[in-house]
Amino acid sequence: MDKIPILRMGPFLLVTIQVDLYDRLALNLETDLVNMVHKTGARGVLIDISAVSIVDSFMGRILGNIASMTRVLDAETVVVGMQPAVAITLIELGLSLSGVYTALDVERGMALLQTKIGSDDELIDDDADHTE
Amino acid sequence: MTNSVAQFLKKNKDRLLDTWTQKQLASDTLRDDLMSNDELRLQSEELVNLLVKTVNDENINQIESSRFDELFELLSGISMSRARQGFSPRETGLYIFSLKDAIFDLLQQDLSSDPVQLFEISLKFNRLLDSFGVVTFETFIKGREEVIFRQTEEISDISTPVIQVWDGILALPIIGTLDSARTQVVMESLLQKIVDTGSSIAILDISGVPAVDSLVAQHLIKTVSATRLMGADCIISGIRPEIAQTVVHLGIDLSNIITKATLASALKHAFNMNKLTVKRAEPEKKFL
Repeated sequence: MDKIPILRMGPFLLVTIQVDLYDRLALNLETDLVNMVHKTGARGVLIDISAVSIVDSFMGRILGNIASMTRVLDAETVVVGMQPAVAITLIELGLSLSGVYTALDVERGMALLQTKIGSDDELIDDDADHTE
Repeated sequence: MTNSVAQFLKKNKDRLLDTWTQKQLASDTLRDDLMSNDELRLQSEELVNLLVKTVNDENINQIESSRFDELFELLSGISMSRARQGFSPRETGLYIFSLKDAIFDLLQQDLSSDPVQLFEISLKFNRLLDSFGVVTFETFIKGREEVIFRQTEEISDISTPVIQVWDGILALPIIGTLDSARTQVVMESLLQKIVDTGSSIAILDISGVPAVDSLVAQHLIKTVSATRLMGADCIISGIRPEIAQTVVHLGIDLSNIITKATLASALKHAFNMNKLTVKRAEPEKKFL
Protein backbone atom coordinates (compact mmCIF):
# COMPACT_ATOMS: atom_id res chain seq x y z
CA MET A 1 0.00 0.00 0.00
CA ASP A 2 1.31 3.42 -1.00
CA LYS A 3 1.84 5.93 1.74
CA ILE A 4 2.32 9.63 1.56
CA PRO A 5 5.23 10.70 3.77
CA ILE A 6 4.56 13.22 6.51
CA LEU A 7 7.64 15.21 7.44
CA ARG A 8 8.08 17.05 10.67
CA MET A 9 9.60 20.56 10.59
CA GLY A 10 9.71 22.09 14.05
CA PRO A 11 6.16 22.76 15.14
CA PHE A 12 4.81 22.02 11.66
CA LEU A 13 4.07 18.97 9.57
CA LEU A 14 4.89 19.01 5.87
CA VAL A 15 3.05 16.81 3.41
CA THR A 16 3.99 16.82 -0.26
CA ILE A 17 1.58 15.01 -2.49
CA GLN A 18 3.55 13.82 -5.50
CA VAL A 19 1.05 11.39 -6.99
CA ASP A 20 -2.52 11.70 -8.07
CA LEU A 21 -4.63 10.88 -5.06
CA TYR A 22 -7.00 8.00 -5.29
CA ASP A 23 -9.71 7.67 -2.67
CA ARG A 24 -8.03 5.02 -0.51
CA LEU A 25 -4.76 6.96 -0.44
CA ALA A 26 -6.53 10.16 0.49
CA LEU A 27 -8.38 8.46 3.34
CA ASN A 28 -5.11 6.96 4.62
CA LEU A 29 -3.48 10.37 4.46
CA GLU A 30 -6.32 11.83 6.49
CA THR A 31 -5.94 9.19 9.22
CA ASP A 32 -2.14 9.35 9.27
CA LEU A 33 -2.10 13.11 9.40
CA VAL A 34 -4.59 13.38 12.23
CA ASN A 35 -2.68 10.74 14.21
CA MET A 36 0.59 12.53 13.53
CA VAL A 37 -0.79 15.88 14.65
CA HIS A 38 -2.01 14.26 17.82
CA LYS A 39 1.27 12.45 18.45
CA THR A 40 3.62 15.36 17.78
CA GLY A 41 1.44 18.17 19.02
CA ALA A 42 2.14 20.04 15.80
CA ARG A 43 0.70 23.55 15.51
CA GLY A 44 0.48 23.68 11.75
CA VAL A 45 0.09 21.42 8.75
CA LEU A 46 1.31 22.38 5.31
CA ILE A 47 0.03 20.37 2.36
CA ASP A 48 1.78 20.94 -0.95
CA ILE A 49 -0.42 19.92 -3.87
CA SER A 50 1.59 21.57 -6.65
CA ALA A 51 2.08 18.21 -8.35
CA VAL A 52 -1.60 17.31 -8.28
CA SER A 53 -3.29 17.91 -11.60
CA ILE A 54 -6.56 16.04 -11.14
CA VAL A 55 -9.06 16.55 -8.36
CA ASP A 56 -12.59 15.43 -7.75
CA SER A 57 -15.18 16.38 -5.18
CA PHE A 58 -13.98 13.61 -2.86
CA MET A 59 -10.46 14.95 -2.80
CA GLY A 60 -11.80 18.45 -2.21
CA ARG A 61 -13.84 17.18 0.70
CA ILE A 62 -10.85 15.33 2.18
CA LEU A 63 -8.82 18.56 2.13
CA GLY A 64 -11.64 20.36 3.89
CA ASN A 65 -11.98 17.55 6.41
CA ILE A 66 -8.27 17.52 7.18
CA ALA A 67 -8.41 21.25 7.88
CA SER A 68 -11.40 20.91 10.19
CA MET A 69 -9.91 17.89 12.00
CA THR A 70 -6.55 19.54 12.59
CA ARG A 71 -8.27 22.68 13.79
CA VAL A 72 -9.99 20.62 16.47
CA LEU A 73 -6.49 19.45 17.45
CA ASP A 74 -5.34 23.10 17.55
CA ALA A 75 -3.33 23.06 14.33
CA GLU A 76 -3.90 25.23 11.25
CA THR A 77 -3.80 23.74 7.77
CA VAL A 78 -2.35 25.57 4.78
CA VAL A 79 -2.75 24.17 1.28
CA VAL A 80 -0.08 25.48 -1.07
CA GLY A 81 0.74 25.42 -4.76
CA MET A 82 -2.66 24.66 -6.19
CA GLN A 83 -2.69 24.52 -10.00
CA PRO A 84 -5.03 26.94 -11.82
CA ALA A 85 -6.95 24.06 -13.39
CA VAL A 86 -7.40 22.43 -10.00
CA ALA A 87 -8.63 25.68 -8.47
CA ILE A 88 -11.15 26.19 -11.28
CA THR A 89 -12.38 22.60 -10.98
CA LEU A 90 -12.91 22.91 -7.24
CA ILE A 91 -14.82 26.17 -7.69
CA GLU A 92 -16.97 24.63 -10.41
CA LEU A 93 -17.70 21.75 -8.05
CA GLY A 94 -18.84 24.31 -5.51
CA LEU A 95 -16.01 23.57 -3.08
CA SER A 96 -14.45 26.83 -2.04
CA LEU A 97 -12.63 25.19 0.92
CA SER A 98 -13.52 28.15 3.09
CA GLY A 99 -11.93 26.71 6.25
CA VAL A 100 -8.58 26.09 4.62
CA TYR A 101 -5.75 28.60 4.45
CA THR A 102 -3.98 28.78 1.13
CA ALA A 103 -0.66 30.10 -0.13
CA LEU A 104 1.13 30.28 -3.45
CA ASP A 105 4.15 28.17 -2.53
CA VAL A 106 5.74 26.33 0.38
CA GLU A 107 7.80 29.32 1.44
CA ARG A 108 4.80 31.63 1.72
CA GLY A 109 2.79 28.86 3.33
CA MET A 110 5.43 28.50 6.02
CA ALA A 111 5.44 32.26 6.56
CA LEU A 112 1.67 32.22 6.87
CA LEU A 113 1.80 29.42 9.44
CA GLN A 114 4.51 31.29 11.36
CA THR A 115 2.29 34.36 11.62
CA LYS A 116 -0.75 32.29 12.64
CA ILE A 117 1.21 30.54 15.37
CA GLY A 118 3.06 33.73 16.23
CA SER A 119 -0.14 35.67 16.89
CA ASP A 120 -1.38 32.82 19.06
CA ASP A 121 1.81 32.88 21.12
CA GLU A 122 1.58 36.63 21.58
CA LEU A 123 -1.95 36.19 22.78
CA ILE A 124 -0.81 33.69 25.37
CA ASP A 125 2.01 35.98 26.48
CA ASP A 126 -0.42 38.87 26.82
CA ASP A 127 -2.67 36.75 28.95
CA ALA A 128 0.26 35.70 31.08
CA ASP A 129 1.31 39.31 31.57
CA HIS A 130 -2.17 40.20 32.49
CA THR A 131 -2.49 37.63 35.22
CA GLU A 132 0.79 38.52 36.82
CA MET B 1 -44.81 35.68 -79.75
CA THR B 2 -42.65 34.68 -76.81
CA ASN B 3 -44.16 31.56 -75.43
CA SER B 4 -41.33 30.39 -73.25
CA VAL B 5 -39.38 31.73 -70.33
CA ALA B 6 -36.04 31.04 -71.92
CA GLN B 7 -36.94 32.77 -75.15
CA PHE B 8 -38.30 35.72 -73.28
CA LEU B 9 -35.16 36.05 -71.23
CA LYS B 10 -32.78 35.67 -74.17
CA LYS B 11 -34.66 38.17 -76.26
CA ASN B 12 -35.02 40.73 -73.55
CA LYS B 13 -31.69 40.36 -71.84
CA ASP B 14 -30.39 43.82 -72.64
CA ARG B 15 -33.73 45.48 -72.11
CA LEU B 16 -34.06 43.70 -68.80
CA LEU B 17 -30.68 44.90 -67.64
CA ASP B 18 -31.51 48.45 -68.71
CA THR B 19 -34.88 48.46 -67.02
CA TRP B 20 -33.46 46.95 -63.90
CA THR B 21 -30.57 49.41 -63.73
CA GLN B 22 -32.95 52.31 -64.24
CA LYS B 23 -35.17 51.04 -61.48
CA GLN B 24 -32.22 50.72 -59.15
CA LEU B 25 -30.95 54.19 -59.95
CA ALA B 26 -34.39 55.68 -59.44
CA SER B 27 -34.93 53.85 -56.20
CA ASP B 28 -34.77 55.57 -52.82
CA THR B 29 -32.59 52.84 -51.48
CA LEU B 30 -29.75 53.50 -53.93
CA ARG B 31 -26.55 53.78 -51.92
CA ASP B 32 -24.00 55.37 -54.22
CA ASP B 33 -21.94 56.13 -51.13
CA LEU B 34 -21.36 52.42 -50.57
CA MET B 35 -21.11 51.23 -54.15
CA SER B 36 -20.50 53.16 -57.37
CA ASN B 37 -23.11 53.00 -60.13
CA ASP B 38 -20.67 51.33 -62.51
CA GLU B 39 -19.94 48.68 -59.99
CA LEU B 40 -23.64 48.20 -59.40
CA ARG B 41 -24.26 47.81 -63.12
CA LEU B 42 -21.46 45.28 -63.43
CA GLN B 43 -22.87 43.30 -60.55
CA SER B 44 -26.36 43.41 -62.04
CA GLU B 45 -25.08 42.46 -65.47
CA GLU B 46 -23.33 39.42 -64.09
CA LEU B 47 -26.48 38.33 -62.34
CA VAL B 48 -28.70 38.86 -65.39
CA ASN B 49 -26.25 36.98 -67.64
CA LEU B 50 -26.20 34.04 -65.32
CA LEU B 51 -29.96 34.15 -64.92
CA VAL B 52 -30.44 34.03 -68.68
CA LYS B 53 -27.94 31.22 -68.99
CA THR B 54 -29.42 29.12 -66.21
CA VAL B 55 -33.16 29.49 -66.38
CA ASN B 56 -35.28 27.61 -68.94
CA ASP B 57 -38.84 26.34 -69.03
CA GLU B 58 -38.13 23.01 -67.43
CA ASN B 59 -36.15 24.11 -64.45
CA ILE B 60 -37.70 27.45 -63.60
CA ASN B 61 -39.57 26.02 -60.66
CA GLN B 62 -37.04 23.38 -59.70
CA ILE B 63 -34.68 25.59 -57.81
CA GLU B 64 -33.21 22.62 -55.93
CA SER B 65 -31.62 21.33 -59.13
CA SER B 66 -27.88 21.62 -59.37
CA ARG B 67 -28.13 23.96 -62.37
CA PHE B 68 -29.03 26.71 -59.97
CA ASP B 69 -26.00 26.21 -57.76
CA GLU B 70 -23.90 28.69 -59.65
CA LEU B 71 -26.64 31.28 -59.63
CA PHE B 72 -27.26 30.91 -55.92
CA GLU B 73 -23.56 31.09 -55.26
CA LEU B 74 -23.41 34.39 -57.09
CA LEU B 75 -26.43 35.66 -55.16
CA SER B 76 -24.86 34.58 -51.88
CA GLY B 77 -21.64 36.31 -52.85
CA ILE B 78 -23.45 39.55 -53.65
CA SER B 79 -25.49 39.37 -50.48
CA MET B 80 -22.48 38.53 -48.32
CA SER B 81 -20.39 41.37 -49.73
CA ARG B 82 -23.31 43.75 -49.25
CA ALA B 83 -23.63 42.68 -45.64
CA ARG B 84 -19.95 43.47 -45.09
CA GLN B 85 -20.16 46.79 -46.92
CA GLY B 86 -22.90 47.87 -44.55
CA PHE B 87 -26.00 47.74 -46.74
CA SER B 88 -29.19 47.42 -44.75
CA PRO B 89 -31.29 44.26 -45.14
CA ARG B 90 -33.99 46.38 -46.76
CA GLU B 91 -31.62 47.71 -49.40
CA THR B 92 -30.29 44.26 -50.18
CA GLY B 93 -33.79 42.82 -50.34
CA LEU B 94 -35.07 45.57 -52.59
CA TYR B 95 -32.11 45.09 -54.90
CA ILE B 96 -33.33 41.58 -55.73
CA PHE B 97 -37.01 42.48 -55.71
CA SER B 98 -36.43 45.34 -58.12
CA LEU B 99 -35.34 42.67 -60.62
CA LYS B 100 -38.76 41.15 -60.21
CA ASP B 101 -40.33 44.50 -60.97
CA ALA B 102 -38.21 44.87 -64.08
CA ILE B 103 -39.12 41.40 -65.34
CA PHE B 104 -42.82 42.01 -64.73
CA ASP B 105 -42.68 45.31 -66.59
CA LEU B 106 -41.19 43.62 -69.61
CA LEU B 107 -43.56 40.70 -69.42
CA GLN B 108 -46.47 43.07 -69.33
CA GLN B 109 -45.26 44.87 -72.41
CA ASP B 110 -44.60 41.67 -74.32
CA LEU B 111 -47.63 39.66 -73.37
CA SER B 112 -50.32 42.27 -72.98
CA SER B 113 -52.31 40.49 -75.66
CA ASP B 114 -52.34 37.17 -73.86
CA PRO B 115 -53.37 37.55 -70.22
CA VAL B 116 -53.44 33.82 -69.53
CA GLN B 117 -49.84 33.32 -70.53
CA LEU B 118 -48.85 36.54 -68.81
CA PHE B 119 -50.27 35.18 -65.62
CA GLU B 120 -48.60 31.79 -66.01
CA ILE B 121 -45.14 33.16 -66.72
CA SER B 122 -45.47 35.83 -64.05
CA LEU B 123 -46.32 33.19 -61.54
CA LYS B 124 -43.23 31.18 -62.45
CA PHE B 125 -40.96 34.21 -62.23
CA ASN B 126 -42.59 35.20 -59.01
CA ARG B 127 -41.72 31.88 -57.40
CA LEU B 128 -38.20 31.96 -58.76
CA LEU B 129 -37.48 35.47 -57.57
CA ASP B 130 -39.04 34.86 -54.19
CA SER B 131 -36.61 32.03 -53.68
CA PHE B 132 -33.83 34.39 -54.78
CA GLY B 133 -35.01 36.75 -52.09
CA VAL B 134 -34.95 34.01 -49.49
CA VAL B 135 -31.43 32.96 -50.44
CA THR B 136 -30.26 36.54 -50.40
CA PHE B 137 -31.69 37.10 -46.97
CA GLU B 138 -30.31 33.93 -45.57
CA THR B 139 -26.79 34.71 -46.67
CA PHE B 140 -27.14 38.35 -45.76
CA ILE B 141 -27.93 37.39 -42.19
CA LYS B 142 -25.19 34.80 -42.23
CA GLY B 143 -22.78 37.50 -43.39
CA ARG B 144 -23.87 39.79 -40.62
CA GLU B 145 -23.57 37.00 -38.09
CA GLU B 146 -20.03 36.32 -39.23
CA VAL B 147 -19.19 39.97 -38.69
CA ILE B 148 -20.72 39.85 -35.22
CA PHE B 149 -18.98 36.59 -34.38
CA ARG B 150 -15.62 37.95 -35.46
CA GLN B 151 -16.13 41.09 -33.41
CA THR B 152 -17.14 39.08 -30.37
CA GLU B 153 -14.00 37.03 -30.64
CA GLU B 154 -11.86 40.11 -31.05
CA ILE B 155 -13.48 41.76 -28.06
CA SER B 156 -13.03 38.75 -25.83
CA ASP B 157 -9.41 38.51 -26.96
CA ILE B 158 -8.53 42.08 -26.19
CA SER B 159 -10.66 42.60 -23.14
CA THR B 160 -8.99 40.34 -20.61
CA PRO B 161 -5.47 41.63 -20.11
CA VAL B 162 -3.84 40.80 -16.81
CA ILE B 163 -1.51 43.62 -15.84
CA GLN B 164 1.27 43.39 -13.35
CA VAL B 165 1.02 46.75 -11.59
CA TRP B 166 3.64 46.04 -8.99
CA ASP B 167 5.90 43.25 -7.92
CA GLY B 168 3.44 40.73 -6.50
CA ILE B 169 0.34 42.72 -7.44
CA LEU B 170 -1.80 41.97 -10.49
CA ALA B 171 -4.66 44.04 -11.85
CA LEU B 172 -7.38 42.81 -14.16
CA PRO B 173 -9.66 45.48 -15.59
CA ILE B 174 -12.87 43.88 -16.78
CA ILE B 175 -14.61 45.71 -19.61
CA GLY B 176 -18.07 44.62 -20.67
CA THR B 177 -20.50 42.10 -19.30
CA LEU B 178 -19.26 38.98 -17.58
CA ASP B 179 -20.90 35.83 -18.90
CA SER B 180 -19.86 32.30 -18.04
CA ALA B 181 -17.63 31.87 -21.09
CA ARG B 182 -15.85 35.10 -20.33
CA THR B 183 -15.50 34.33 -16.65
CA GLN B 184 -13.78 31.12 -17.65
CA VAL B 185 -11.28 33.03 -19.81
CA VAL B 186 -10.76 35.69 -17.15
CA MET B 187 -10.29 33.11 -14.43
CA GLU B 188 -7.86 31.01 -16.44
CA SER B 189 -5.69 33.92 -17.51
CA LEU B 190 -5.68 35.43 -14.02
CA LEU B 191 -4.78 32.19 -12.27
CA GLN B 192 -2.09 31.38 -14.81
CA LYS B 193 -0.60 34.83 -14.37
CA ILE B 194 -0.63 34.38 -10.60
CA VAL B 195 1.42 31.21 -11.00
CA ASP B 196 3.75 32.78 -13.55
CA THR B 197 4.50 35.91 -11.54
CA GLY B 198 4.10 34.50 -8.03
CA SER B 199 1.80 37.39 -7.20
CA SER B 200 -0.03 37.29 -3.90
CA ILE B 201 -2.64 39.97 -4.63
CA ALA B 202 -5.00 40.33 -7.55
CA ILE B 203 -7.20 43.37 -8.11
CA LEU B 204 -10.35 42.84 -10.16
CA ASP B 205 -11.46 46.21 -11.46
CA ILE B 206 -15.10 46.22 -12.54
CA SER B 207 -15.47 49.90 -13.48
CA GLY B 208 -16.01 48.75 -17.06
CA VAL B 209 -18.80 46.35 -16.22
CA PRO B 210 -22.07 48.05 -17.18
CA ALA B 211 -24.31 46.21 -14.72
CA VAL B 212 -23.94 43.64 -12.01
CA ASP B 213 -26.80 41.20 -11.63
CA SER B 214 -26.84 38.09 -9.50
CA LEU B 215 -25.26 36.02 -12.28
CA VAL B 216 -22.38 38.43 -12.80
CA ALA B 217 -21.89 38.62 -9.04
CA GLN B 218 -21.85 34.84 -8.93
CA HIS B 219 -19.09 34.85 -11.55
CA LEU B 220 -17.12 37.45 -9.61
CA ILE B 221 -17.41 35.43 -6.41
CA LYS B 222 -16.24 32.34 -8.27
CA THR B 223 -13.18 34.15 -9.56
CA VAL B 224 -12.37 35.50 -6.12
CA SER B 225 -12.75 32.04 -4.54
CA ALA B 226 -10.53 30.44 -7.18
CA THR B 227 -7.89 33.09 -6.56
CA ARG B 228 -8.10 32.40 -2.85
CA LEU B 229 -7.65 28.66 -3.45
CA MET B 230 -4.45 29.45 -5.29
CA GLY B 231 -3.23 31.23 -2.18
CA ALA B 232 -3.58 34.79 -3.42
CA ASP B 233 -5.87 37.53 -2.14
CA CYS B 234 -8.37 39.17 -4.41
CA ILE B 235 -9.67 42.72 -4.17
CA ILE B 236 -12.65 43.92 -6.19
CA SER B 237 -12.40 47.57 -7.11
CA GLY B 238 -14.22 50.09 -9.27
CA ILE B 239 -17.62 49.59 -7.71
CA ARG B 240 -19.89 52.41 -8.78
CA PRO B 241 -22.67 53.67 -6.51
CA GLU B 242 -25.37 52.15 -8.76
CA ILE B 243 -23.65 48.79 -8.59
CA ALA B 244 -23.43 48.99 -4.81
CA GLN B 245 -27.16 49.69 -4.77
CA THR B 246 -28.08 46.79 -7.04
CA VAL B 247 -25.83 44.39 -5.18
CA VAL B 248 -27.52 45.20 -1.89
CA HIS B 249 -31.01 45.18 -3.40
CA LEU B 250 -30.38 41.77 -4.92
CA GLY B 251 -29.18 40.51 -1.56
CA ILE B 252 -25.78 39.44 -2.85
CA ASP B 253 -23.35 38.84 -0.03
CA LEU B 254 -19.95 40.33 -0.80
CA SER B 255 -19.03 40.73 2.85
CA ASN B 256 -16.15 38.27 2.81
CA ILE B 257 -14.59 39.86 -0.24
CA ILE B 258 -12.42 42.94 0.02
CA THR B 259 -14.12 45.65 -2.05
CA LYS B 260 -12.83 49.11 -2.83
CA ALA B 261 -14.39 52.02 -4.67
CA THR B 262 -11.46 52.82 -6.90
CA LEU B 263 -8.45 51.05 -8.33
CA ALA B 264 -6.25 53.56 -6.50
CA SER B 265 -7.63 52.63 -3.09
CA ALA B 266 -7.36 48.95 -3.97
CA LEU B 267 -3.72 49.46 -4.89
CA LYS B 268 -3.15 51.30 -1.62
CA HIS B 269 -4.72 48.39 0.26
CA ALA B 270 -2.51 45.98 -1.67
CA PHE B 271 0.58 48.00 -0.73
CA ASN B 272 -0.46 47.83 2.89
CA MET B 273 -0.95 44.07 2.70
CA ASN B 274 2.51 43.68 1.17
CA LYS B 275 3.90 46.09 3.79
CA LEU B 276 4.98 48.58 1.13
CA THR B 277 4.80 52.32 1.54
CA VAL B 278 4.74 54.94 -1.14
CA LYS B 279 5.86 58.36 -0.05
CA ARG B 280 6.69 61.65 -1.62
CA ALA B 281 10.39 62.34 -2.05
CA GLU B 282 11.78 64.78 0.49
CA PRO B 283 11.56 68.25 -1.11
CA GLU B 284 14.93 69.41 0.30
CA LYS B 285 16.84 66.68 -1.45
CA LYS B 286 15.79 68.03 -4.85
CA PHE B 287 17.76 71.22 -4.35
CA LEU B 288 20.92 69.64 -3.09
